[in-house]
Amino acid sequence: MVSRMTTTYAVLSEGLVKRFGAVHALRGLDLAVAEGTVCGLLGPNGAGKTTAVRLLTTLLAPDAGSARVAGHDVVREQDAVRRAIGVTGQSASVDVELTGRQNLRLFAKLHGMRGAAGRERAAELLERFDLADAADRAAGTYSGGMRRRLDLAASLLTRPRVLFLDEPTTGLDPASRNRIWSAVHELTAEGTTVLLTTQYLEEADRLADHVVLVDQGRAAVTGTPAELKARIGSYAQVVVADEDDLPQAASVLDQLTGARPQLDTATRTVGAVSMDPTLTLPRLVRELDGAAVPILDVSLRPPTLDEVFLRLTTAADSRKELVT
Amino acid sequence: MTSLAYDSTAMLGRQLQRIKHAPGVLILTQTMPISMLLFFGYVFGSALAMPGEEYRAYLVPGLLVATAAGGLMTGMFHAAQDSHRGVMDRLRTLPMSRAAVPVGQSAADLLTTALGMVPLMLVGLAVGWRIDSGPLGALGAFGLLMLLRLATTWAGLFLGLLTRSEEAAGQLGSATFMLPLLSNAYIPTDRLPGWLRTIAEWNPISAVASAVRDLCGNAAPAADAAWPVAHPIAGSLAWCGLLLLVFGPLAVRRYAHNGR
Repeated sequence: MVSRMTTTYAVLSEGLVKRFGAVHALRGLDLAVAEGTVCGLLGPNGAGKTTAVRLLTTLLAPDAGSARVAGHDVVREQDAVRRAIGVTGQSASVDVELTGRQNLRLFAKLHGMRGAAGRERAAELLERFDLADAADRAAGTYSGGMRRRLDLAASLLTRPRVLFLDEPTTGLDPASRNRIWSAVHELTAEGTTVLLTTQYLEEADRLADHVVLVDQGRAAVTGTPAELKARIGSYAQVVVADEDDLPQAASVLDQLTGARPQLDTATRTVGAVSMDPTLTLPRLVRELDGAAVPILDVSLRPPTLDEVFLRLTTAADSRKELVT
Repeated sequence: MTSLAYDSTAMLGRQLQRIKHAPGVLILTQTMPISMLLFFGYVFGSALAMPGEEYRAYLVPGLLVATAAGGLMTGMFHAAQDSHRGVMDRLRTLPMSRAAVPVGQSAADLLTTALGMVPLMLVGLAVGWRIDSGPLGALGAFGLLMLLRLATTWAGLFLGLLTRSEEAAGQLGSATFMLPLLSNAYIPTDRLPGWLRTIAEWNPISAVASAVRDLCGNAAPAADAAWPVAHPIAGSLAWCGLLLLVFGPLAVRRYAHNGR
């Protein structure tokens, strides 16, 4: 990690631990997000993503480990951290009983933007996020997408250096999701560092420069979306002539890849993620032929992030191979 | 300190805006004591040994104090409501004064309570209550009512933050409705069994009710009562001071650290 010496990190955490009673939400999370980049924390529910955001945004105190956000310690320099960040999503929200405009003006005041400055910034953001028409309605009457946009607007009042987005598009329709995504693209173009959590691999793929797969409170794998896919090799898929041939094809794939193959009886398909970069199509065909599996179709393609993720979270022993 | 004042004013504004958007709860809590005055004063009052008008004059200060003590319920409700909503998390990520949320909340509450007591006093005057002491006594009584409101609101804010849900806070809050029943707010305590009388007279509500009756010239404090009722002004100040001293710092601490 020579680069750590020269790069400025907007978010840097070492060994973050957080327990809730007997539950270990985080078991030593290390993160390094370079300034001006987008980092995606990817993981299923309960992986520790939201806990990580709450620790980094001063909403929770860690039981062990340390973290700096925008150069400030999240425990000892809370106010400095709070001045540098914006938070959106399930970790921070708006007041449903106030109108959109009242919400933004309130948060602007609490950020120390007084009088006309806050009023103008609120109007500007309402315009930018297409909320000008609904600005004087209670936020409780907004649709899910509007609410999320108001939420994002509230996080951008002060043009934060680091923006935390906690599952920013969960539960949104595709159109609303696209609007949030393009807003994030605009922000990163302006140089804002973004740390986002998501359950959607497509979202991480679209937005993130770096993806951190979080599993059971630890960073299981880190890399660019392309690196992760390259490191995990390829996805081998076989279509057999008869449903009865599926188990046999599966056992060949099992031996070749070491991963538990996914069977689909309806399409008579079996597939598995291979970690082996030397696995080629001819070799795959030869092995299947050698086992006398009647095959209709064979393919070898780069895995989707979904498949990468499934492989990582279902096969515990594969983690050793990946963490280098 | 200037940031506390500024942030608290912003939170006060938020609270008033919320009331403006949903005035129903406020109207209900303000009209409740008036209907209780009419119900207790005319229905129950007819069965009491005390003549009707005399009882209604006794009842009005009690209802004013019960209304003030309702800060416990509203405080609990507001704190629980806020702490279980995402907006509190946003507030905690802002570089604002930690005490501004409860300070703004209780300031808004004092304002609305002060206004809400006016109709009750007017109806009270119409059914037989009198201020026999003059403006200074009345002002003192009003000040004590506001002090009790402030103290009970802060106790409520702290207790509300401890509850696990809005529903739990609502139920617990409704139970505080019973507190004035075990005091001299609605009935004199001198004919209660000894032990019960002691409990009722050590209820902070009894001290403030006696103080209001004393300051308005309605009734002199009973010399044979427990200390806070026999010396109602000092007793009221002591009770409210104690509540504020205990629950103020606890509530501020809890607001800053909730969920950590």
